[in-house]
Amino acid sequence: MRSFQHRLSEFDARGVRVVGISVDPPDVNKRHSQKLGYTFPLLSDPDAKVIRRYDVLHPGAGPKGADIARPAEFLLDSDGIVRWVNLTDNIAVRARPEQVLEALNQFSSAGQ
Amino acid sequence: MKRKWNWPIWVGFVLAVAGLFSYEFFAQFPITRDFPWANFLLFGIGGALLIAGLFRAFGRPQVYRGKIFGSIFAAIAVLLVAFFSYVIFYVLHQVPASAGAPHVGQKAPDFLLLDQNGKPVGLGDLLRGPSGPPKAVALIFYRGFW
Repeated sequence: MRSFQHRLSEFDARGVRVVGISVDPPDVNKRHSQKLGYTFPLLSDPDAKVIRRYDVLHPGAGPKGADIARPAEFLLDSDGIVRWVNLTDNIAVRARPEQVLEALNQFSSAGQ
Repeated sequence: MKRKWNWPIWVGFVLAVAGLFSYEFFAQFPITRDFPWANFLLFGIGGALLIAGLFRAFGRPQVYRGKIFGSIFAAIAVLLVAFFSYVIFYVLHQVPASAGAPHVGQKAPDFLLLDQNGKPVGLGDLLRGPSGPPKAVALIFYRGFW
């Protein structure tokens, strides 16, 4: 998330909205946004309803066996169509901002 | 005669411990995170020093100390490397397959969630944008800080 904040101006310039989604409640998200200087929205899915809908649930991986999201990144076009998906096989290895920007280049040049 | 301090054992052991605990630091940078070569470098140097120290301790026990504590340190270092490898190559890879996640070309499922200020934000709002529709929306699901 930090790396996305560092390069947020590039995402802004390219017209890409960056949004984070996790099970954290809004007050935790607010605290973290303030502490880490995040200026993009962090959305709260405490019951993991949306996380389940996207099938990116990691059952029992949270504190006290709570269900949380696994790291996953989706790039949608302006019609809400998925144009790029990154489902890591390693919890510690998440998408880098440059991968997302590269994916944007790919589908932008494909006649969008 | 007082035997000499066997420094490679101590330095090697410290490097092996550092190899384990420095991953939190190295994980901040993709280049040392995606494959933990920096940690294995520390383990490698530490292991070489431990072996060198043990050779001194067992080869010239009348000159160098460390036969007993050197062996104990080396055994602990082996356990540290084993534990680190278990976490890196097994625990971190225990991720669900997510076969049902939206595929390229599919419409992303709608949602309505509260942002950090308690304001409801839907996918539709994100696609409309505050000042005209954006070119794209990047949804980043993350484990959270709890």
